Amino acid sequence: MPSVCFYFQVHQPFRLRHYTVFDEDQRYFDTFKNKAICQKVANKCYLPTNRLILDLIKRHEGRFKVAYSITGVLLEQLAEYAPEVMSTFDALARTGCVEFLAETYYHSLSFLYSRNEFKEQIFKHMDTVEKLFGQRPKVFRNTELIYSNDLAAAIEEMGIFDGVITEGADRILGGRSPNFLYKPPKEGKIKLLLKNYALSDDIAFRFSNRDWNEWPLMAEKFSHWVNRVNGNGYVVNLFMDYETFGEHQWEDTGIFNFMRQLPDEIMKHPDNNFKTPSEAIAAYPATDVVNVPELISWADMERDLSAWLGNAMQSNALHELYRMENKVKKTGDKSLLSDWRKLQSSDHFYYMCTKYFSDGDVHKYFNPYDSPYDSYINFMNVMGNLDKRCTKPQHSRQKVMK
Amino acid sequence: MLGWEFPPFISGGLGTACYGLTKAMSKLGLEVTFVLPKAIPVDNSSTCVKMRTPADINYSKLGEKFDSELKNIKFKTIDSALKPYATAETYRSEIENMIRAKQKRGGVTGISAANDSDTNGHYSGDMYTEVHRYAASAVKLAMQEDFDVIHAHDWMTYPAGLAVAAVTGKPLVVHVHSTEFDRSGENVNQMIYNIERAGMHAADKVIAVSYLTKNIILSRYGVNGDKVEVVYNGIERNGNGLNLGKVEVRKDEKIVLFLGRITMQKGPEYFLGAAKKVLEVMDNVKFVMAGSGDMMRKSIELAAELGIGSKILFTGFLRGDEVQKVYERADLYVMPSVSEPFGIAPLEALNNDVPVLISKQSGVSEVLTHVLKADFWDVDEIANKIVAVLKYPPLQMTLKEHGNFEVRKLRWEDAAEKCKQIYLQLIEQPVGV
Repeated sequence: MPSVCFYFQVHQPFRLRHYTVFDEDQRYFDTFKNKAICQKVANKCYLPTNRLILDLIKRHEGRFKVAYSITGVLLEQLAEYAPEVMSTFDALARTGCVEFLAETYYHSLSFLYSRNEFKEQIFKHMDTVEKLFGQRPKVFRNTELIYSNDLAAAIEEMGIFDGVITEGADRILGGRSPNFLYKPPKEGKIKLLLKNYALSDDIAFRFSNRDWNEWPLMAEKFSHWVNRVNGNGYVVNLFMDYETFGEHQWEDTGIFNFMRQLPDEIMKHPDNNFKTPSEAIAAYPATDVVNVPELISWADMERDLSAWLGNAMQSNALHELYRMENKVKKTGDKSLLSDWRKLQSSDHFYYMCTKYFSDGDVHKYFNPYDSPYDSYINFMNVMGNLDKRCTKPQHSRQKVMK
Repeated sequence: MLGWEFPPFISGGLGTACYGLTKAMSKLGLEVTFVLPKAIPVDNSSTCVKMRTPADINYSKLGEKFDSELKNIKFKTIDSALKPYATAETYRSEIENMIRAKQKRGGVTGISAANDSDTNGHYSGDMYTEVHRYAASAVKLAMQEDFDVIHAHDWMTYPAGLAVAAVTGKPLVVHVHSTEFDRSGENVNQMIYNIERAGMHAADKVIAVSYLTKNIILSRYGVNGDKVEVVYNGIERNGNGLNLGKVEVRKDEKIVLFLGRITMQKGPEYFLGAAKKVLEVMDNVKFVMAGSGDMMRKSIELAAELGIGSKILFTGFLRGDEVQKVYERADLYVMPSVSEPFGIAPLEALNNDVPVLISKQSGVSEVLTHVLKADFWDVDEIANKIVAVLKYPPLQMTLKEHGNFEVRKLRWEDAAEKCKQIYLQLIEQPVGV
């Protein structure tokens, strides 16, 4: 009786504009590029996929269900650059078949550097989701599915979540199946849903790969793979970037047709169904404990933090950024706080990754920089300006203006 | 193999490249006869060896010195009277002597050191005669030698290559380390262009040091693309690995280095323009211009004009130990070349654990990823990147670590192997023998 649980990650950062050490203004973000990318992705992915999902939910009369985690920084951009996407998400929310998850509003790595900031961003995100979609998230996913025992404990302590979503990495499962629910070592109510990375990546990464011996992947074949779980698991967690549909896998690969047929094929087997994360957590018990003393994520083959913290530039940029927290917050300047927080999006540090850089690979997707070094230089220049704003006597100037 | 210069008497990349390539070929078991012009000794020989003329050296002696490394290489020298050419040389050494003298007095050069001089002297009509004398002698020499392929390096040796090919009927490979467009921009010397064009068209294969150069060969010289192969230069490891500890004794002043000929091609004015910008936001930094060339006087003047004379240090031409020392002190190497067919110097900087900033208009930028790049004309961006390297140690560190690793992948052995494959194709032997 495997349930299938779809969760899509929906995120685009505020990319920085080219900012040199000689720049002195406070326009840090590349409005033109962000607008262009947002609208392009909206047209190729968000709009057609939202319409498809909406259609599937209607056609299956509530038996097809999905979950989304949409970052605050993307919601801000959608509201401004592609409001039509917002209305389709709103329509999805009203079907009752869509769950929205909680995460840090800015898609940040704040858990690693400031627990206060981490919590503030989660609350900001939950408030935004509730305001826009009328539901308060009950399940948490951390940026890039970064997870450890400590994260579980921090979420448990907040007392408002039923579960956490993370990667079903081999080294935490040790041969166990990702298709069961698990719990962290510390006693509590939180259950863990682990990504079935093999089946998820079949769709997200391998779908259009002609060298893959399973190509072309059809809904029927994929459903057979899901059926094989029957009797050995409760739920198949298919977690992926939403941009899989139409962006990572272009329309002409047949990805939309695959998705259109998938619910039918899955539900051909009478024991199968679709569940949202909250439903899966309510329906199934946690069978075992997973111990995750060290941080994991869903990135690259390593499934660790090396994509954001793999070199000296990345760790320097992150440390310097979070060192400014108190200074920024003390100013009480809202636009300064918002700028500082937008710099926290993990993407900025991902662009600084030197791993695989010589080979030129996936890290290039939507990456506005030619090299990780350019990205670091730009980031540090912006942060330098932000830092100056903290020390300037903002208040006195405001008084003068009044 | 027909060359024009060979270490230790070199003016730049060409001699280094010929040395690296032939040494690697020797390892591959290829037998090379290297033909060089031999100059009649000139007075004051210590200063007249930089530009293209390996004056008064005894190559048979040199052969002994390099015996183990270059065991399959034979050196042949051609006597040629290079007296007329020495005038251009003398001029250059004069400037240098004057600058050196100034520095010894403790002052930093801020004003023009040289008197007015004709800057185009080195490619004068005498050079042309010289090139043809070299060709004539090469033919004579070729009659006594046994070989399969003729490999000619840069335009000075193309007439010799053509002549030898015509007489012997052996296949000719011309190796383009630079073109007249790189050296002179749009003010092309027609005579040199004609020689280059004739050489490339008559050759059976043209080797370009980068795709940048290949494109110039195709678009400016009208050579058929199928005939042109790209073979990147390499770099020899010094064998001492990552020397990250060597600059532990930190000085409070940062050093930004320009090392190369101070000529139009190398973009010295962009270096100075960027220096001016950097100095607007930073104070504890000095800019070292190591090298000489026909734009040296202009550069000294420009530095003074920009009001940054006291921050710019002109060292004149450096060699051996001096180069090593300047690398040890440098925080960043900048190569703002307007047009650089390849650019071995950045590889040497990386080899010495100095991070580099190179112009996008360079062949070497095709093979290096762990470096900073900017358009040569974008002085703001060059300055922006210089400041970043000086200000943020993690940037410098990451560039060093990855750059030093990356540069190890560029090996002369690979370049030699590619040349070998080209030779084999030309003499119609099955590949891989």
